[in-house]
Amino acid sequence: MTTTLGARRAPTTLTAKQKLSRLDHKASPYLYIAPFFILFALIGVFPIVYTLNVSLYDWHLLKGQGDFVGLDNYVSVLTDPFFWNAFRNTVSIFLLSAIPQLVVATVIAAVLDQAIRARTFWRMSILLPYIVAPVAVAVIFLQIFNQYHGPIAGLLELFGLDPIRWSFDVFPSHVAIATMVNWRWTGYNALILLAAMQSIPRDVYESAALDGANKVRRFWAITIPMIRPTLIFVVITSTIGGLQIFTEPKLFDGRTNGGGNRQFQTIVLYLYELAFPRRDFGRASATAWILFVIIILAGLINFAISRAIRTNELRPTRIPRVRPRVPIAPTQNGRRP
Amino acid sequence: MSTLLEKPRMAPVVRQERQAKRRKAYEAPGFLTYALLFAFFAGSAFPLWWSFVIGSRQSSDTNLVPPAVVPGGNFLGNAAKVFETVPFFQALLNSVIISGAITVSVVFFSTLAGYSFAKLKFRASNALLLTVIATMAIPTQLGIIPLFMLMADWHWIGTLQAVIVPGLVTAFGVFFMRQYLVDVIPDELIEAARMDGASMWGTFWHVALPAARPAMAVLALFTFMAAWTDFLWPLLVLGPSNPSVQTALASLSASGGQTPDNAMVLTGAVLSVIPLLILFIAAGRQLVAGIMQGAVKG
Repeated sequence: MTTTLGARRAPTTLTAKQKLSRLDHKASPYLYIAPFFILFALIGVFPIVYTLNVSLYDWHLLKGQGDFVGLDNYVSVLTDPFFWNAFRNTVSIFLLSAIPQLVVATVIAAVLDQAIRARTFWRMSILLPYIVAPVAVAVIFLQIFNQYHGPIAGLLELFGLDPIRWSFDVFPSHVAIATMVNWRWTGYNALILLAAMQSIPRDVYESAALDGANKVRRFWAITIPMIRPTLIFVVITSTIGGLQIFTEPKLFDGRTNGGGNRQFQTIVLYLYELAFPRRDFGRASATAWILFVIIILAGLINFAISRAIRTNELRPTRIPRVRPRVPIAPTQNGRRP
Repeated sequence: MSTLLEKPRMAPVVRQERQAKRRKAYEAPGFLTYALLFAFFAGSAFPLWWSFVIGSRQSSDTNLVPPAVVPGGNFLGNAAKVFETVPFFQALLNSVIISGAITVSVVFFSTLAGYSFAKLKFRASNALLLTVIATMAIPTQLGIIPLFMLMADWHWIGTLQAVIVPGLVTAFGVFFMRQYLVDVIPDELIEAARMDGASMWGTFWHVALPAARPAMAVLALFTFMAAWTDFLWPLLVLGPSNPSVQTALASLSASGGQTPDNAMVLTGAVLSVIPLLILFIAAGRQLVAGIMQGAVKG
């Protein structure tokens, strides 16, 4: 519409400079977003889409593209016991890291959410592990969890306990790897939860305190329901990250791809082993897409669970007036909240 | 808002009582709070400190009970061994180049696109912004196979650009800058600049860029850290002779086979952390603020 109006007036009145200025005005927005879209198409979108293509062929790292095989790569991955082993390990390590991490991060956030002295120092102190790269974390914890010479081995010996075979047995190795993840990420997540806690209006606590609710009661009845959206955010991001864990299990035994008996091989390690040591790009690509679907499903499950919890629990807990971050609507789908 | 509405209604006496109760309720965290805070601090710092302690002593001190906490005098000796075992200086230089280039590129292109989405009007801008948001959730790590094929085709395997190019832009960066700029620059300011005859680029350069500086700094900090700590992709495309800090540390950890020199490996771990530790001491406050403002996805 604007162009036709402009065109009618244009021929006689616009100078060359004005025309240039109008072109500048029209084209600049696109020029400014173009570098992002062009580069992202190349390094973000194309690889994911092309992975789908590779997954439908016999495809060797060195020999390149072979015969079209349809869904054979998917079938062979999904019927491979090693894939399911990797799947179980990934879920186990994820649960061992996500659950304790969420609990501890919430506790740390609650402790920090008080009028403490030297606030910035304490906040920075819990973030310290975040600057240690996963490789360095793995290298350090490899020593801490050393079966014979580590400080934990020394401690067990002091109490006359048998040594734990951290890198040989399934469950201990998962605990050790989850500990690495927890150490690096708990403080980071605590700060996100702290931010949510600080956005709760103080007079909500004040009213509850006047009504005789003690600290613990206030925590369960006010803090937890009010930070629920942020808790869900933390769970979803740690799920997406947790399902793609690679560095820690790779370096827990650098000579293998997840332990001599694959006792801590994760899905991305399985993918890595297929693609590089085994040079089977076709099946590795199929694994990448299977993992992609698993990540999406996990996100949907998280979302469904959190919705179910919300509709079940929010009704009895009555919170006075303000509810930040939860859209305030008197009726939602005709239901009363 | 609600406090503004409430205060006038309250009689002074009631307010005083309330304030007294409030102070009692949560303004005086006690000994337990500080004990817990110290415990968290100790848990965060111990592994790093212990690595430094062992790195300054010898491998056989790893299983002392209670664990060794006093540094010895062997750190420089172990550090020298690190530099003999892997090309660590080269690795540091490579990581600085890689992380620096990625940071400059991500911050610049994100600011440019974020400004366009936040303040300029153009057709399909909403749809395009939605595309950006949707792609934020894509785990780009899953595209490593075609990306590797691309790098092999271009004969880039073993070179730094093979690590830099796949990191040049992020959808998150664009969204982050857009969210910041949409509130921080008043539309009137941009109109005023245009009335004064500024070109679009001039408006971006002289109005948007200065206003975007705080967010650019936060984005730069997190982008640099992410690039510095990345492992899987550099492992695939960089060889052991031209490593990044992370791949060099991984080779160091694998050196020595069945009888690794643990003190030296831990020294390497400490050396690899020092650059970010300096950054943390200088800008830790901004890092904390960035996370708390939702600057970063997990």
